[in-house]
Amino acid sequence: MFLAIRELHFARARFTLMGAVIALIAVLMVLLSGLSQGLVRDGVSGLQQLPVTSLAFGHGVASDSAFSRSVITLDTVDSWSRQSGVTQAAPFGSTLINASSSSGVEIDLALFGVEPGSFLSPKVATGSPLAAPDGIVVSSTAADAGLRLGDTVTVDRLGTRLTVVGVLADQHTFGHVDVAYLPLATWQAIHAGAGPGEPVPDRARQEITAVAVRGDGVDLAAGDDAAGTESMTLSESYGASPGYTAETSTLTLIQVFLYLICALVAGAFFTVWTIQRKHELAVLRALGAPTGYLLRDGLAQALVLLSAAAAVGVGAGVGLGAAVGEGVPFALDVQAIAVATALLVGLGLTGAAVAITRIAAVDPATALGGNR
Amino acid sequence: MNAHPETSRKTTVRGDHDPAQEDGLVMRDVTMLLGDGDDTVRALDSVHLTVAAGEFAAIVGPSGSGKSSLLAVAGGLAVPDSGAVTIAGRPMTKASRRARTALRRDLVGFVFQSGNLLPALTALDQLRLPSRFASPGAVHRDPMKLLTEVGMAGKADRRPHQLSGGERQRVGIARALVTGPRLLLVDEPTAALDQARSRDIVQMLAREARRHRVATVMVTHDTEVLQYCDSVYEMMDGALSKR
Repeated sequence: MFLAIRELHFARARFTLMGAVIALIAVLMVLLSGLSQGLVRDGVSGLQQLPVTSLAFGHGVASDSAFSRSVITLDTVDSWSRQSGVTQAAPFGSTLINASSSSGVEIDLALFGVEPGSFLSPKVATGSPLAAPDGIVVSSTAADAGLRLGDTVTVDRLGTRLTVVGVLADQHTFGHVDVAYLPLATWQAIHAGAGPGEPVPDRARQEITAVAVRGDGVDLAAGDDAAGTESMTLSESYGASPGYTAETSTLTLIQVFLYLICALVAGAFFTVWTIQRKHELAVLRALGAPTGYLLRDGLAQALVLLSAAAAVGVGAGVGLGAAVGEGVPFALDVQAIAVATALLVGLGLTGAAVAITRIAAVDPATALGGNR
Repeated sequence: MNAHPETSRKTTVRGDHDPAQEDGLVMRDVTMLLGDGDDTVRALDSVHLTVAAGEFAAIVGPSGSGKSSLLAVAGGLAVPDSGAVTIAGRPMTKASRRARTALRRDLVGFVFQSGNLLPALTALDQLRLPSRFASPGAVHRDPMKLLTEVGMAGKADRRPHQLSGGERQRVGIARALVTGPRLLLVDEPTAALDQARSRDIVQMLAREARRHRVATVMVTHDTEVLQYCDSVYEMMDGALSKR
């Protein structure tokens, strides 16, 4: 580090310029990470907080639209309850609706139909838990959007009237829509398209979207064979959320390109830097500096530059992220940013390392004569 | 310096044993070819050269005569096609690249044209740097004392661009001596200096070579400074002869 630190100080204009480029990449990386986390939270936070290990959908349903297309019968719940390792199994219904509240709030809701009192029934932060047939418990974000305890929510087209009886502590969203938990029977009526006072077909009273399963070491394939279902683990089921895979894969692709750009930028800079220092390196080698010493010194220099630039960029990115308005799905996750920063520095260092290995090829004899 | 004042293209080592020679540089029948096929050039042509500890030898010759090649081979920067080189009795020519680097680090000091100082380092740091990659157990001289010896103590915190050409050379000489080398190889030290400064630098080299008992080989175009050397050799088309 003796030479590395002194060179960083001496050529500070060049290193600052390079550091600024890396810092800007780090800012972009933090913003993308925040956007990615925000989209994930908006897309599947309702699923993430379900106390289940897997969900059993109808057999043959496309995996990216299972929540909207899957229809299975209630008897599959009993089949799953009997499976080894399953501690709890309960029916689960899912439907997206448009609605408006008595206070004039127009809102889209993801209705999660569960049996009141079952392990799926959510714990409320304010109000009371699910019980009454028309009672709903809504996400905190729905409350932020204007729904209040006691509000009546009317389902568009059907005219079904639901009452907000409880509000959840955290954000529960699914496919960028606020989640509202309601009794399974009410969900079945809405899912069947039965308005107030209209009879609900017996067939619809047997229909659910999936079986929510909780257990340890459950043989999902055996359970599916017995129940005629197709299971996904909870994390696999995120891919069945509307738009989730497309959104996350697009952002992941952008992030991957960002890491590659960082590696290329660092590699290009240190290639030029090494070429510019070729004569000095020849002098150092003539003086007896081992190749290992020069490589370590060069890598240490790259590490200091990348770490400092990444720290500045992440700081600026977090600051910008904090200033992002609520209309943008944005969430700063310490672990995600730490991993992304480590990747940025690691890949940048890899790019620099490839460039710095040129040191090994410098001929010390060029230090002699007028070879400057 | 021991060599035949012969008229042939070869310079040879005197046969009798002199312990001082063992401490210095010995080159025996060294030949180095450069280029390929029809373009092959004999950069060094059966060169014999011995420089004893504390001796200050100069090599003169036109550009392209092989002076830099001689320095490169003597200092282990290049490997000859045939012949042998020893420094303080340690063979250089058969050593691996890594071993030659270690020998260079431990036994050889280089003074380059214009000092060839590292632009990011102060004068004092130029002398501190070699201790950063010194071989285990190596004992280096005190950098500040050496800077004082060469009259640069007052400018220890200056970087190369803040020094004159002569000052850069003084720092370069101190840097070459800081590791306590047995052989000092000096490449055109007065190339960028006026006559007064050239004399000053070469006198300093001669003084330091004798004070520290370092075998010193200086390549130069400047015939005005030869009076300060113990012996002078001429290089012509790769062959070395005594003047």
